[in-house]
Formats: sequence, C-alpha cells, structure tokens
Amino acid sequence: MLYRTAGQFKTSYHADHALFPVKQDAWLLGIILIFAYAIIPMTASEFSFNALLIPVLIYALAALGLNILTGYAGQLSLGTGAFMGVGAYACFKIITAFPDLNIVVAIALSGFVSAAVGVAFGLPSLRIKGFYLAITTLAAQFFLVWLFEKWGWLYNYSSSGAIQVPNIKMFGITVAGPNAAPVTQYYFVLGVVTLVTWFAINITRGRIGRMWKAVRDMDIAAELVGIDLMKAKLSAFAVSSYIVGVAGALFVFLWRGAAEPNLFDIPLSFRVLFIAIIGGLGSILGNYLGAMLIVALPVVLGTLPGMLGIPIQSATVEHLNVMIVGATIILFLVVEPHGLARFWQIIREKLIMWPFPH
Amino acid sequence: MELLNSIFIKPFQDMVAAPDFLLQVLWEGLVAGVLYALIALGFVLIYKSSRIFNFAQGIMVVFAALTLVGLHEKGIPALLAVPLTLVVMLILAIAIERVVLRPLVNQPDIILFMATIGITLFLVGFGELIFGGENKVMITEQLGIPTGSFTFEPFGGFVSIEQKDLTAVIGAVVLVAALLVFLNKSKMGRAIRALGDDHQAALSVGISLSTIWILVWFIAGIIALATGIVWGARAGVSFALEVIAYKALPVLMLGGLESVLGAIIGGLAIGILEKLFEIYWGQPLMGGNTETWFAFVFALIVLLFRPQGLFGEKIIERV
Repeated sequence: MLYRTAGQFKTSYHADHALFPVKQDAWLLGIILIFAYAIIPMTASEFSFNALLIPVLIYALAALGLNILTGYAGQLSLGTGAFMGVGAYACFKIITAFPDLNIVVAIALSGFVSAAVGVAFGLPSLRIKGFYLAITTLAAQFFLVWLFEKWGWLYNYSSSGAIQVPNIKMFGITVAGPNAAPVTQYYFVLGVVTLVTWFAINITRGRIGRMWKAVRDMDIAAELVGIDLMKAKLSAFAVSSYIVGVAGALFVFLWRGAAEPNLFDIPLSFRVLFIAIIGGLGSILGNYLGAMLIVALPVVLGTLPGMLGIPIQSATVEHLNVMIVGATIILFLVVEPHGLARFWQIIREKLIMWPFPH
Repeated sequence: MELLNSIFIKPFQDMVAAPDFLLQVLWEGLVAGVLYALIALGFVLIYKSSRIFNFAQGIMVVFAALTLVGLHEKGIPALLAVPLTLVVMLILAIAIERVVLRPLVNQPDIILFMATIGITLFLVGFGELIFGGENKVMITEQLGIPTGSFTFEPFGGFVSIEQKDLTAVIGAVVLVAALLVFLNKSKMGRAIRALGDDHQAALSVGISLSTIWILVWFIAGIIALATGIVWGARAGVSFALEVIAYKALPVLMLGGLESVLGAIIGGLAIGILEKLFEIYWGQPLMGGNTETWFAFVFALIVLLFRPQGLFGEKIIERV
C-alpha cells in the first residue's frame, strides 16, 4: 500500500538508475530530513543532544568512512580510532596556529592531513591482503597513538598532554568550546554529516565506487579487466581517511571538548567497526542505524535499572553493559550477518508486495 | 652526523661495553617472547582448524587466570583449582561452539572475526561482574612455582634470572612439545590437521566438525590458562593483561597464520627484538614506550617482503 510502485514507469535507462527509482524513497528521506533539521532540535533536551544525537551523527560519520574502505573497497581496517585522532590533532594544530580561520575550513583541511596519513599506511595494502592487512592497520593504530603521546608539538607542549578546545566563533555564533550551545553544535554536525553523506552516496554510485566494488569482490579479476589496483585501493584509503579524519575533528571539537591520546585507542576503533558491521557493510544507511544502536544501547541500559526501581551499583551496571553489548553483537551477527541495512531492505520489499504474497 | 652516530654506532658500542646487561635484556626478551609465542599458538590452532581469526584468545588468558585466582579465593586448594579451571574452560569452549560458531558456519571471515570480538566484550563484562575489576595477585607459591632468583656473573658483570621465569620457559617448552606430539601422533590431532587441510574432505571421511571445534577451543583454553599463570605471576592478574593479546597479532603475521613453528619462532624473535629496540634505541632516542608499536611495524616491514609471513602457506590466487 504505502510502497506501491505501480504506475511509476521508467522510460529511459537513465531514469531506471536514478537515485530514487521509487518515489516513496524520496518522500521518506524528505520526512527524515525534516525530522532531523526541524522537529528534533525543537523538542530534544540538552542531555539528549550531548548523549544521543551528536554522538550518533559523529559515530555514523566515522563508520561511513570506514565503510567506504571496508564495505566498498574490501580492505579491512582496525586503525579507525587513530585516524580520527589524526583529524582531531590536525584540526587542533590548525586552529591554534591560525585562530582567525573559519572552523569549517580548519576541519576540511584536517581531513586532508588524515587522508595523507591514511594513504601512507594504505601503501602496504598493495601487497598484503586479508587479515594480514588488518593487522598492519593495527601498526598505524598503535604507532599513531604513541606519537600523540610523545610528540609534544602536537599538543603545543601543554603540561597535561591533552588538547583543549577553545571557544570558537563562526559568524558571531559560538560553535565550539565550553560556551557553545548544544543546538548550535547539533546543527553544525548535522550540516557536515549531510554534506559528506551526499558526497558518499554519489561517489559510491559512480565510476569510482564501481571500481572499488570490483576490487572488493576479487582484486585479481578487477586487475584483469583493466582496473588500476593501486589507484583504486589508495583512493579508497584517501577518501575513507578523509571522512574519518573529519569525524575525528568533529568528535573532539563539537562533542568531547578535550581529548587525551588514549581516547583514540583501540576501543574506539572497534566501536566504529561494530557500527559499520552491525549496520551493514557496503551500505550508507546502515552506518546510521548501527550508530543509533551502539550509542543508544549503553544509555538505555544505564537508565533502565533506575526506571524499573532495581537497586544496582553503578559499577555492576557498567560491567553488565559491556557484557550485553558483546552479547548483542553476537546476536545480531547470528540473526542477520548482513546488518541492519538488510533488515530495512527486507521490510521495504515486503511493503512493496503487501498485501499480496507475490 | 650526531644522529647517525646515535642510531647506528652508539647502541652497538653500548652492547659491547656492558655484555652482562645485554644478556639480561636478551633473557627478559626471551621470556616475553615465550609468552607471545604461547598466545600466538592458541590463535594458530583455532585458525588452522576453522579459519577463524580468534580475537578472544587474549581475553581467554585473562579469564582463565581470573577463574583460577577466584576459585582459590573461595577456599579451594590451588592444586584442585587448576583442574576446576580447566573444566570451566571446557564449558566455555562448548558454549562458544554451540552459541556462536555453529550458527555462523559458512559466513564470511570478517563476520566470524567480529563474533570473536563480541565474545571478547562478553567475557570482559562477565569476568568483571563475577570477579571484580581490581588487580589480583597470582597464586604463584600455592601452585608450587619457585619464586627466588639465580644470579650469574659472566664477563665480570651481573645477571639475574628469576626462577619463575625459568619455570615459565621450561613449562612452555613442555607444553609445546606435548602439543606437537598430540597434533602429529594422536588420532584427534590428525583429525584437527585434516580439518585444517580440507574441510569437506575431512567431513566426508567422518570427522565430526563440532567435536573438533570444541576440542580446539579447549586446547586454546589450556594454553590460555598456562599463559595466564605465567604472565599473572609476573604482572598480576587484571584486564590489563588483555593488551598482551594484541602483541600476539604481529607474532602471527611474522610467523604466518597457519604455522605452529612460525608462531614459536615469531614470538621469540619479537620478544627479543622489541626489548633490544626499547632499551638501546627507544629509550635514548624516542622517549621510550616503543614496545606498544615496535612489533607491529617490524612485522609490517617483514610482510612487505613476504606477504604470507615467514612460514605461512603460500597464497595462491585464482580468478
């Protein structure tokens, strides 16, 4: 009923390959965007901005970056956290060196730094494959976090070894730092995320995206049909690290407000990887669904015992939390290894057929 | 010039100038290497028989050690606590096979890999819930492991070797020897190797997949317990131990994912080299703590020349 495709005729090949071949998809996206841009900011509380909305967007962005590398180009990476760190530290250096620079420009530039580092660590992927490659990305993870700790220049030799976000104004409004209002930060992050998502959807649909998918499915075969493996793999590393770097800069500047090197340690990498895999590899939508699940789960679990009136110590809640997240991951993998995005696909197909069985 | 001197000449001068200190460093590296090799061995066994990259091996070490100490705290004598811990590891192996592996047969590698990360998180939460998150002391003396130390005076210097480290090395050698005999001579061991060679062929001659998987995970559990005891005796038992699992990963890369021999040699090489690098290059030149990444970068460089590791099976790709 809701998803009836009858009457929507395609008269050209071009129309058949449009972004929204079914009209209802475009309607749905419009409704979601209205919710994200108008309804949610009007109704959400300060707590939900900081604990749910902003982190969901930032984690989804990081997962999107990883998904381009792992889901589209097939190169498993375990070093996402460190590349987020590169973006964050680069942004910090740029902001402190040029305090008058617009923060959007600073974040965009820090993405390039992250992309350069990503390409450097992506070079081994030309020779090393599969799990061996995954472990080499751990080299990036451990080396970069060590560097954040030891290289004083990166954090301007501050005594704590941490980076602090100053108050940053853009067009007269404070967007980052301790004085910024959560709503402003939400809009800022949402704007960046929308832009990057639009870019990602189009790049994965186009020539480059198809090149990546060919490499993912079988790189030798891709090489035989004339795809330049070096160009395909390194461009995937560059685009992916760029997005991850931007996510890292947002992570520190628009959400955390301060960062220590160990924030970018391996748990962060795994968290982003969980989001990408539970959401669905090779899907853009999945990153958002996965991020909602992974961010909301601990928050819900943290408030649940209090609501039910069960007295539990906070340490116990923490431990239960870790345990339940682990169990949830296994459960999701067992039930639907292709992730939440596949769930949506199945539901959508059912809706198109409904109420007829075939 | 000054820099080149401090990189290429001075460290070696230091080594020659203080041979007793060098020996001490080498010994420390060797002991660490033995432990890396043990953890890597657990990985290799599981990877060989099921192509699962078992990220949970590190947490199994912690979990086994915690169970042992926890049981002892409940008043069970140490020598009884060891077999009881083994029973717990067996139950764990059966549970993992039932709940996680069986439904995920034939899924892509990355999904199984993620599932083992899920197991890791679950065990971290479960272990902390039951035993608490604080650091515990390994029951070294109760298990009859000597705690004194030998001292030598070679080259007119001074080298001290702790008896528990020596016990660890001897124990590891015995364990590895027993494992090799089991894998090569016993019927079950041959079944494991057959499964590693060709799943379908092994199934068609009547080898039970689920039994072998339980067995392999149980053996990994035994290795985890041995590693946990030894490492716990050196550094205390806590979830910080988990980081040594990461150390086993470059060992695997260096040795090759399928090679038992590679795991042992890779472990020893990385243990010794990272200690040498830390002492002679890392601390004077780079502000120390290079042990967190040296092994990875070293393995990365080796892999650039041999993409399947030193002893791994040659990767043959067909279209």
